[in-house]
Amino acid sequence: MQLVLERRAERSALIAIASPLVAIALTLVTISILFALLGKNPAQALYVYFVAPLVDSYSLSEIAVKATPLVMIAVGLSLCYLANVWNIGAEGQFLIGAVAGSWLAVRTHGTDAGAWVLPAMLFLGAAAGALYALIPAICRVRFGASEILTSLMLVYVADLFLDYLVRGPWRDPKGFNFPTTADFDANATVPVLIDGTRVHLGSALALIAVAAAAVMLGRTIKGFEIRVVGAAPKAARFAGFNANQLVLFTFAISGALAGLAGIIEVAGPIGHLQPGISPGYGFTAIIVAFLGRLNPVGILIAGLFLALTFIGGEGAQISMKIPLDLTKVFQGILLFYVLACDSMIVYRICLISARKAAYGHP
Amino acid sequence: MKRLCLAAAAALFALATSSLGASAAEKLKVGFIYLGPVGDFGWTYQHEVARQNLVKALGDQIETTYLENVNEGPDAERSIEQLARTGHKLIFTTSFGYMEPTVKVAKRFPKLFFEHATGYKRLDNLATYSGRFYEGRYIQGQIAAKMSKTGVIGYIVSFPIPEVISGINATMLGAQSINPNIKFKIIWVNTWFDPGKEADAAKALVDQGADVLMQHTDSPAAMQIAAQRGILAFGQDSDMIKFGPKSQLTAIIDNWAPYYIDRTKAVLNGTWKSGDVWGGLKSKLVVMAPYTNMPDDVKKMAMETEAAITNGTLHPFKCPVVAQDGKTVECKGGTHLSDEQILGMNFYVRGIDDKIPGQ
Amino acid sequence: MGILEAIILSVISASTPLLLAASGELVVERSGVLNLGVEGMMIMGAACGFAGAWLTGSVIVGALCGIAAGAAMSAVFALLTLGLAVNQVATGLALTILGTGLSGLIGASFVGERIVPAPHLYLPLLTDLPLLGRILFGQDSFVYFSIALIIAIWLFLYRTRAGLVLRAIGDNHASAHALGYPVLKVRWLAVLFGGGCAGLAGAFMPLAYTPFFIPGMTAGRGWIALALVVFASWRPARLVGGAYLFGAVTIMQLHTQALGLGIPPQLMSSLPYLACVIVLVIISRTRGTAGSAAPASLGSVFVPDR
Repeated sequence: MQLVLERRAERSALIAIASPLVAIALTLVTISILFALLGKNPAQALYVYFVAPLVDSYSLSEIAVKATPLVMIAVGLSLCYLANVWNIGAEGQFLIGAVAGSWLAVRTHGTDAGAWVLPAMLFLGAAAGALYALIPAICRVRFGASEILTSLMLVYVADLFLDYLVRGPWRDPKGFNFPTTADFDANATVPVLIDGTRVHLGSALALIAVAAAAVMLGRTIKGFEIRVVGAAPKAARFAGFNANQLVLFTFAISGALAGLAGIIEVAGPIGHLQPGISPGYGFTAIIVAFLGRLNPVGILIAGLFLALTFIGGEGAQISMKIPLDLTKVFQGILLFYVLACDSMIVYRICLISARKAAYGHP
Repeated sequence: MKRLCLAAAAALFALATSSLGASAAEKLKVGFIYLGPVGDFGWTYQHEVARQNLVKALGDQIETTYLENVNEGPDAERSIEQLARTGHKLIFTTSFGYMEPTVKVAKRFPKLFFEHATGYKRLDNLATYSGRFYEGRYIQGQIAAKMSKTGVIGYIVSFPIPEVISGINATMLGAQSINPNIKFKIIWVNTWFDPGKEADAAKALVDQGADVLMQHTDSPAAMQIAAQRGILAFGQDSDMIKFGPKSQLTAIIDNWAPYYIDRTKAVLNGTWKSGDVWGGLKSKLVVMAPYTNMPDDVKKMAMETEAAITNGTLHPFKCPVVAQDGKTVECKGGTHLSDEQILGMNFYVRGIDDKIPGQ
Repeated sequence: MGILEAIILSVISASTPLLLAASGELVVERSGVLNLGVEGMMIMGAACGFAGAWLTGSVIVGALCGIAAGAAMSAVFALLTLGLAVNQVATGLALTILGTGLSGLIGASFVGERIVPAPHLYLPLLTDLPLLGRILFGQDSFVYFSIALIIAIWLFLYRTRAGLVLRAIGDNHASAHALGYPVLKVRWLAVLFGGGCAGLAGAFMPLAYTPFFIPGMTAGRGWIALALVVFASWRPARLVGGAYLFGAVTIMQLHTQALGLGIPPQLMSSLPYLACVIVLVIISRTRGTAGSAAPASLGSVFVPDR
């Protein structure tokens, strides 16, 4: 007797709904065991992680602030992943977008240039992110080079480039030689939407991105092409869909969104350009994309949920002295369970005799 | 249903917070924001050691909390604000990159007290503090010049911020006071913390002829390479003698505890005032590890220099200071460079064959 | 010691963890599986390896602990991707995140401790030879093992039937299955092997390179190892060259700094990564009409049809 995986005749609708819930339940059980092993009260820890942030309006607003770049980047990434191309370099595109938009802010600093500065910065950020993402896309389309590795290597290059700029040419002359640009002027700053919080325009833009992606994927030919190229490449070829063009298109869009998220973070919550503007948003967004099952609305929910775990993790450090590493462990385990449970939508596990497994019949 | 859920949530919340300790309301809560992990055995580790000493000193009057690995971006502002919102009256933010976030939160919570390490922005409720590490560097420069047989000192550095530059300059001035022809070889590793890279840099410096190693990075990797190669080195942030029992000459130890105890007592007594504390050997913010692995006459010299700097008769940046380009630097502090000049130092002194990255 | 000899020794040390991890990943990818979790497995190998060595006082026990940790992590990966046909990219990334967090938890209590590092070989006359003596006869066991490993992998892949089967599976798992080869079983073994190698590579860091543990000490070497496998077109001989080349660029950029040439250090630091991109483009171009140099079913899910 052995366990084998068997493809279902059709996707199970029931499991499609139950899967995320089961995954979350399994994660909570596993993480409770970990809490107990660390000597912490599991019920209290779960409360601090998941409920406490929701009960406090400041934490709620911070969840929105933290989720904004994650959701924006993840929406773009989902387009790539649906088309079966793997943009792992969103982190680099985020940084390049921040750099490009900041260039304008630094250039117009102190000159009271006008209200056009911020929109121009956002445009530059998106454009630069798109161009930077096109590098691995072109390498793939033209030369067949693995986009996973080229996009990843370019992350390091972008990080070093940003480092060079803020330590050198763009350093604030009044900043005692510390590696940061001057604080951005008011007309180069992303406005706050809700007074008393840090919730800013970026959150609205992220929601627009979610809606736009949902419409594109669900109702346009382009969206259809993307999904088919990813799910059934041969059928796509037969239908005349240009896979190469779609690679370039999805990379450009995801780069644009990542770059936009980058300049928004810098011109919003941070307020100036410095090294270390991203705690790994580009990589965390990959998780968000998968947790959201590559669906724009799912990504919105997943992004908010993951942001909740970050905020909850900080709260847990404060009130229960739970180490931050546990948050990473939690996120990894959650992703594992979600992926495993989602697999059950398409496949099922059967117990069959060894003979049947080998020969296909009893 | 909704009301029931809210009531249940409120009850749970009350239960959770009450279980944090009935006497929480009486004790002063002190918060710390750390850049790295407490286990980095470097910068953050020393702040953590100081926090533990603070707890030992004032134990039953205070309760402390720390957040580690806090990124210097938007997360920092939230972390600081979380501490502020959870009743922490005194908050220490221990890295330069937390400056803007600390300012923003301090403005929102005028009744709480904030202390920012190595920064330069202050408010009525925001003070700054740092250590005059360059004082220790001068002593180390003298020791290095005495102990080096090849006349080449290897220096591993992270980023060209003023604190690092003033450290290199002070070391060179100290070394030049013993051997005017001393040479430095400098490697910028572009990280505060990457043991593998620091070890590689240490090896490269030794291979290029350095026989005394200095570092302005956070891990004991260079000390360990020095031990392996049988040469001498200086520890940084913490006493690294464990990693190089026959190699460590001394180390500059960041001794934050007295300052933390002082400031906490000030809050307890109601006498806290904003200001800037830039303490060195005199205030014991900077402490030298015991002088080891050197002959007695060098040890005597080091202790004399230390005493001279402590009582003010010797200043590492006494004028005239000549820059790399040969020009004498304007002396704004009377007989020595002013604090402001040192805080913003972005030039090399004469005798250093290197270009400051980014210039 | 001459400077050339010194530089070569440094390069060998720096390249060894890359070679170890990339060797394992090469086998995994040749069998058609893409495991992006190398960094997570490496850092777990570092934490558990150091813990094992510190608790027992033996570097060998430490190395074994590192291998076991890497293999255990990869077993989780295999369970998901091979057992449940889950997407390999996502699982690999989750593995990296899990490994980073878990290693921090495990390693936290060992920070600040130090061990006696792995000893270096010493053969009386041979090691004292000028120039080549220490390079050839004065290394620690990890270095010799890494060379032996890649040779063994080459022999396995190209000179044994089992290796041929593995390569066949990597190129076309459907046909291989039709021919009766045990696709999943071979992939399981390959993944576990890759995990063990990554764990050993991680253990090298605190056991030989810098004999103490600090969270995050692998600092991205796992990702470099992944790039190296592609850089080497999945060929063992090229992998050795690539690993040492990468180590050389990393070390040389430090030496040129010490020479005071005044090139921005960020530019020097980015050279290895730019080099990877350029080489990736070049080698992919010269494939000709034969198709990609990569194993054709790399990364695609396999569920046996019945």
